[in-house]
Amino acid sequence: MNAAIAKALRAFGHFWWDFLIGDTPELALATGIIVALAFLVAGERVVGAILLPLVAAGFLFLSVLRGRRRAPSD
Amino acid sequence: MHSTSSTLVLVLAVFGASLVEMVEALTLVVAAGVSRGWRSAIWGAVAAALVLGVLVVVVGVPLIRYVPIDALRVVVGALLLVLGLSWLRKAILRGSGHIALHDEDRIYAKTVAGLQEPGGDSGTAPVAGPHQFDGVGFVVAFKGVFLEGTEVVLIVISLGAAQHRLGLAALAAGAAVLLVGIVGAVVARQLSEVPENLIKTAVGIMLSSFGLFWVGEGAGVHWPGGDLAIPVLVAFWILVTIAFTAYMKTTLPTAATERSVTG
Repeated sequence: MNAAIAKALRAFGHFWWDFLIGDTPELALATGIIVALAFLVAGERVVGAILLPLVAAGFLFLSVLRGRRRAPSD
Repeated sequence: MHSTSSTLVLVLAVFGASLVEMVEALTLVVAAGVSRGWRSAIWGAVAAALVLGVLVVVVGVPLIRYVPIDALRVVVGALLLVLGLSWLRKAILRGSGHIALHDEDRIYAKTVAGLQEPGGDSGTAPVAGPHQFDGVGFVVAFKGVFLEGTEVVLIVISLGAAQHRLGLAALAAGAAVLLVGIVGAVVARQLSEVPENLIKTAVGIMLSSFGLFWVGEGAGVHWPGGDLAIPVLVAFWILVTIAFTAYMKTTLPTAATERSVTG
């Protein structure tokens, strides 16, 4: 019984790890930074509305570059 | 009071995400039906859809009732943002040729071969009659629909809970499941003609837009125009996707480069 519960918990944890982090930990990190930034700039008028999309796009660009197909010499 | 723009984006995002995932699930259901019998494959798919529906109610309703809306929006916004950015990343890499497009025909052929071989994925031979119950066919169809549908459930719960429109989000997902089911039943094969990457790009754009909006809204960021910021964010992500895809096409290693290095 305990083994079955442990197995189910492991599978559950595995699912969330794959879902949130998987092979793109930079996107999970980006989201954490964006959430923190959102709270930091919450008091400013429109700073957040400009900053958050730009930061998210910047991280997406880095992630896309990381996933590109390279020539064999790279 | 919900604005029309955010409701429309919610419905389109949920419908599109469900469509893409269910097209992928249909490939496995059809493969199970063709190789192990339709009865068990259909029961497997229906059972998985029911379990997913129960999950939406069991997880989604308490979220709406008991979690403070701002905290909920930050958490589901972050969840949608991770999901949206990863869908966009994959769509950009596929659109620019850095990774291969999702190939339903190849997945279908591989699954059928695995299920029909005596020593294949199933480990057992198919049952004799097409109307007899086959455990392997049931499990393959169940797993296909359940695993592909889990992402849809998360999107339905996140978008539905953050806007307090769980019923509408579930309805949009159900409509996509029904559409794919009907088309799949009529043509009785996997839907390789569906432009998956295009739909995935559109859904990635909408999830990223909603994700950013809810994170900001929950944290107290001032979005000019309120809910009208959502279509502006959608336009922003469309431009970003087009620009990144165009740039990434220029970074593809050419055949000549690859030959000169390997040769």
